[in-house]
Amino acid sequence: MLKKRIIPCLDIQNGRTVKGINFVEIRDAGDPVELAKKYAKEGADELVFLDITATIEKRDTLVELVERVAAEIDIPFTVGGGINSVDDVRRIIAAGADKISVNSSAVKRPELITEIADEFGSQCVVLAIDTKFNGNDWKVYVKGGREETALYAVDWAVQGVSLGAGEILLTSMNNDGTKGGFALDITQSICNAVKVPVIASGGAGKEEDFRDLFTTTDATAGLAASIFHYNEIPIPQLKDYLKTQLISIR
Amino acid sequence: MIAIVKYNAGNIRSVQNALNRLGYESIITDDPSLLRSADKVIFPGVGEANSAMRYLRANGLDEVIRSLKQPVLGICLGLQLMCESSEEGNTTCLGIFPNKVKRFQGDAIIPHMGWNNFEEAGGSLFKNIAPSENVYFVHSFYAETGQYTTAVCNYIQPFSAALEKDNFYAAQFHPEKSADIGTLILKNFLEL
Repeated sequence: MLKKRIIPCLDIQNGRTVKGINFVEIRDAGDPVELAKKYAKEGADELVFLDITATIEKRDTLVELVERVAAEIDIPFTVGGGINSVDDVRRIIAAGADKISVNSSAVKRPELITEIADEFGSQCVVLAIDTKFNGNDWKVYVKGGREETALYAVDWAVQGVSLGAGEILLTSMNNDGTKGGFALDITQSICNAVKVPVIASGGAGKEEDFRDLFTTTDATAGLAASIFHYNEIPIPQLKDYLKTQLISIR
Repeated sequence: MIAIVKYNAGNIRSVQNALNRLGYESIITDDPSLLRSADKVIFPGVGEANSAMRYLRANGLDEVIRSLKQPVLGICLGLQLMCESSEEGNTTCLGIFPNKVKRFQGDAIIPHMGWNNFEEAGGSLFKNIAPSENVYFVHSFYAETGQYTTAVCNYIQPFSAALEKDNFYAAQFHPEKSADIGTLILKNFLEL
């Protein structure tokens, strides 16, 4: 049986792992390669690296980091942040990443998704969507959550998949950093709308949040950062718990 | 020396990284003489079957791969290209295994992406490995099961997770991305 995936996310700034709270306040959380190795050893199913300042700062350090990670770890990993062109993708994939994620750049120029999928395959293209509930609708935000767009999350997910995205990484900005649980409603709305894997992100604070995600939505993966970085919930403990809840886990 | 077949498919670097971690020297090449003289050959790949086969034929690599005598391991697209045909781009493949490659049908999520266990696993690649172990898959097409199937996985329906015939071995999953179990499977191949 296909297993639900537990994915630690490493936000990268200047080659270090950092974690923001509600996309704003930033704390240092360690060396990415060391953390990646630790997570892989502990049973993480995949890793995601998001270069949160890549749109502003130089990117060569990211390529070097990807090479170091690829040499050291033996599970799949995705790299995102500031990927604006097929050329950017080529460098990241050549450095050893399995998938890339696009966010703001795909909103700005949706054809980018198709261009990447045509050259590297849909399985390589993760569409990252940052979304916030404005009281009526789940709208799409870009530039690290700083800018609202005219897009609705479900519509954008459907469009992204039709353009060639092979996976959706959905982050609820309302939930991110709150540790109050995943945004189950919008996650399931996206799952209902597309037939590709959906990774839910934002809000994981306790073991039960992952149980609720996997029992009430069709998300195939749950992503979190701070609870793993600060060892609040060690991955082996989380996986053991989910197994006792009869969730299909590696 | 281990030779990794160089062609127009991605994700070859991660195979070389895995070999490095195991302490094996490897070379990524499309040179027929280097491929023929290597101790073992790995034929990896993530990509599209039709364009991959066209590239292999244009460069004479189809004949080279078919005629190799040392142990050869196809991975992911490599496995599919070693089969008889693929529905992806309606492609005639290398025909090393008689299996047909088809697209997953139905309402389920496609691709089959993530960790899955085997229904059964035997043959040389799975020495000291229990069928309940999980490995990492990413694919939208699958090889039907048949007489050369050594491992079966179930997603939507049972399919060939691994094949073995004479000196040819193939894995639909990615041993190079399957943590300790994948490393053990690669090691089993390298120690044949």
